[in-house]
Amino acid sequence: MKAFLSIIRRDIKLATSSFGDMLTLVLFFIMIGVIVPIAIGPDKNLLASIAPGVIWIAAFLSSLLALDKMFRQDFDDGSLLAMRHASISFEAIVFAKLIAHWLTSILPLIIATPMLALMLNMNTQILIYTIISLLVGTPALISFGAVGAAITVSLRRGGLIAPVLILPLSLPILIFGVSAIKLGTGAGTQSAALLILGAISLITVAFTPFASALALKLTQE
Amino acid sequence: MTQKIDPLKKMNWFDRIAHPGQFLKWSRYLILPLAILSVILFGVGLWFAFFNSPEDYQMGDTVRIMYIHVPNAWLSQLVYVTMAVSAIGTLVWRHPLADVAMKAAAPLGAAFTTMALFTGALWGRPTWGTYWEWDGRMTATLILLLMYLGIIALWRSFDDQLRAAKLIAIIVLVGTINIPIIKFSVDWWNTLHQPSIVSSEGLSMPASIYTPLLIMMLAFTTLFALLQTNAMRTEILRRKADRQLRKSLNKENG
Repeated sequence: MKAFLSIIRRDIKLATSSFGDMLTLVLFFIMIGVIVPIAIGPDKNLLASIAPGVIWIAAFLSSLLALDKMFRQDFDDGSLLAMRHASISFEAIVFAKLIAHWLTSILPLIIATPMLALMLNMNTQILIYTIISLLVGTPALISFGAVGAAITVSLRRGGLIAPVLILPLSLPILIFGVSAIKLGTGAGTQSAALLILGAISLITVAFTPFASALALKLTQE
Repeated sequence: MTQKIDPLKKMNWFDRIAHPGQFLKWSRYLILPLAILSVILFGVGLWFAFFNSPEDYQMGDTVRIMYIHVPNAWLSQLVYVTMAVSAIGTLVWRHPLADVAMKAAAPLGAAFTTMALFTGALWGRPTWGTYWEWDGRMTATLILLLMYLGIIALWRSFDDQLRAAKLIAIIVLVGTINIPIIKFSVDWWNTLHQPSIVSSEGLSMPASIYTPLLIMMLAFTTLFALLQTNAMRTEILRRKADRQLRKSLNKENG
């Protein structure tokens, strides 16, 4: 457990020391909220009705953009190879890195969501639902992302291929994530969507560290 | 581990399947029979489909698109199953031909899925009044096509195809587990497509339509077997040629 926590602490320290990366990601997330009204026009009602979808798309794209950071640096400088000899299993290390990645790349986006909500004319109730749905759904998003990042970590020009692989797999998260926000879609639909989203998150978080660890091990063979 | 291997020892059937060189030898005799069989099946199936099956009382002659559309849709899924089994073969049994099969299947799957979507669009226009509708099944098929294309792109971005095989096997298996979830989620999202005609409750169509459909499905499946065998042979030969080239280059450079 100590080793597990120290990996998380190490990764957070590394991410926060280069604060620029985090800031860039948050800026990208917010900029999607800026370009959407400019592209489709400033009609407030229209913006409010598409806001949940736009925020989920922004979260999707930002998290895909951050994917490459997950293992790349540790793979290049050999830390990942050294971690295979740690006292805890490699799968646990990958899981720890997953948690650290969520804390440093996804949590800042969720914290920035109110700004996006303001620009997209969202009311407070929907904003709360949006934040809940993001909190529940994003672990699944980065779990799939971890598999893609692990598989393509040895590719020099692999920057775009991981998102292309991961996007089709992540569509259920988008569907249930948006359904969990929309109000008035029929009795129980919204809460059911949230519960299914939670189920997907739990399953993928439990399962994908093994797949990612296997991919990283095979790459290092 | 020094185990003596007698090269002249007669191989058992499992080794024959597993050994790439042996596969090249026996699969040669598979190509022609499969080709003849698929030509015959296509001939009979198409004759039935065009001349010896009834028109639909609502759709008229357009119903005949079904005889191409349904077999392609069936194959779009069968090929993914083939890939998933090959992926298990690559990771678990380390079967030397499994990764060849997995690589050969991906473009075929993409082709059959494209055909299913294309014929579906042609069928949808006169019957639903639109080429494309965001209906559950169509969306799921489109996502399947995107997965095939992503996997092909991944194969192409690796230089070392043997290492690529194991990594791609992982993503194929993750995709396999995920496909039911995708299917369920897009069904939840939107549904228009007619329910499956082949279900546990029996067939919901007369034999005059069902017989040609079955023959066409068999024909397309035979075609897949033929193309798959041929693509596997090509891949093995390509790897052989690569090895030869590298060997001769090494010799030239001393």
